[in-house]
Amino acid sequence: MEKTETLIVALILAAVVSVAGIVIYMKITTKERLRISTTTSLYDTGLLEAIRNQYETKHSINPQITSRGTGLAIKLAQDGDADMILVHAPSQELLFLTQGYGVCRKIIAYNFFAIVGPEDDPAEIRELTTLEALTKVVEAGRNGQAIWISRGDDSGTHTKEKELWKTAGFAWEDLRTETSWYVEASKGMAGTLILASERSAYTLTDMGTYLSHSTAGLITLKVLIGQGKELLNVYSAIAANQTRHPHTNLNGAINFIKFLISDEGQQLIGDYGKDEYGQPLFYPAVKLLQENNDPVADSIREYAFFNGTECPVEYRDGHPELYG
Amino acid sequence: MNAEIIEITLRSIYVSGTATLLSAVWSLPLGLTIGIRDFYGKRLVKGVFNAFLGIPTVVLGLVLFLLIRHAGPLGFLDLLFTPLAIIVGQAILITPIMVSFTTSAVESIDPEIRDLAKTLGATEIQASLAVLKEAAEGALLAFIASFNRAIAEMGVAYMVGGSIPGFTMVLTTAIALQRDMANIELGLTLATILLSIVFAINLTVNLIQKRRP
Repeated sequence: MEKTETLIVALILAAVVSVAGIVIYMKITTKERLRISTTTSLYDTGLLEAIRNQYETKHSINPQITSRGTGLAIKLAQDGDADMILVHAPSQELLFLTQGYGVCRKIIAYNFFAIVGPEDDPAEIRELTTLEALTKVVEAGRNGQAIWISRGDDSGTHTKEKELWKTAGFAWEDLRTETSWYVEASKGMAGTLILASERSAYTLTDMGTYLSHSTAGLITLKVLIGQGKELLNVYSAIAANQTRHPHTNLNGAINFIKFLISDEGQQLIGDYGKDEYGQPLFYPAVKLLQENNDPVADSIREYAFFNGTECPVEYRDGHPELYG
Repeated sequence: MNAEIIEITLRSIYVSGTATLLSAVWSLPLGLTIGIRDFYGKRLVKGVFNAFLGIPTVVLGLVLFLLIRHAGPLGFLDLLFTPLAIIVGQAILITPIMVSFTTSAVESIDPEIRDLAKTLGATEIQASLAVLKEAAEGALLAFIASFNRAIAEMGVAYMVGGSIPGFTMVLTTAIALQRDMANIELGLTLATILLSIVFAINLTVNLIQKRRP
């Protein structure tokens, strides 16, 4: 009888101790936590882990990264569940600022989306411009010769895809009803690429995720169109507005953004992936936009600036130093 | 990378182990009570716990996410994307398993033991403990099955843990992430570790069950 009682007391003690232990552990580690919600492409390529590791060696802060699509990343910050976001959908970012959820937007990097598809290219889009290619895909799709896979998840890539269809003269809302060839994956970039590869279909992808999957032999898709300013992909950092959610770590967010746009941070971004893929996955954007003499810089301004600036003055939250 | 694998494995065991212990605090007394006592609606109560045995982890994860996110009713606790959130979530997840296993174990014990204990002058609680002692093997099985379910689930860990590297990433969410990062080898390594843990647990269960003649 006594043995059983001892066992039960021990059990309850163990439970109390472990819960107390973890609460204390959390108190220590959350002392300076910075919750970053990010688009998947920055995380899945490994770039953000590299940045986090370097940042942590110099700052006594614990960046906690959750990797979701841009849509979800923004939603988390709107609800006060993130201190800053790293995203790539200028139209959604503008709303995030104007609705009062975000401050201190900085463009940190860019690269290009690519349209990928099966090697034999049934819609014959190789060498075409982006908009011609999309028209061809629609034609081939309607003839039952090609399949297009859409992310269908409100991510930055999905936002871009919708914009591209619009520019090419198609209403995305109509296309998605043509389910014989237009397939919505409702998956992240990795899952969408694998689905497209399995079904020999076309899709829009960021280069980083494409290269990592292609190198690992998970997909057989080829890059058919990887150039053109329509395919520009611009990544921004935005801090959560502390006026809206007083508990958020604005200071930590600003410091992290400062690191991202510093020479050190920008070099980290520009060098990442060179060793593994023989080409960088992201291009640093800060110097490019300051120096002002590159056609890409003009394209970025056209695509990702609001009223001629990356962040209108009223959303700078008293941090002019970010905009040198 | 090896240090990271060890860290994720230890976190998984710690989180799910703590969840199992935490759940035992309420599940064992609950299972014991339901098993021993006769009360109105007992079959209904047992039915409810049985029905929740197979609750989809992602459903529980979603409900908990909505409760503990900052805008949710329990948002003030600041639990979202923390290890404690996963612990509490998994503890709730495995409650039906632990309760049902304990109840069955207790019910399979001859009711005369309790009566006998009482005739020998035991109080109600002492008599219950006597029954629990007889049902110890069943209670242990409840523990093991619960831990198994907790460490192998992904819905709760992903939804309320957020799979933050170095903080809330556990084996299941890490495996999914490695697929997305195209690190198939690392994914397979983590999968092998998780399988080994689950198999080892099931082996233990078999050994315990065999010991009884």
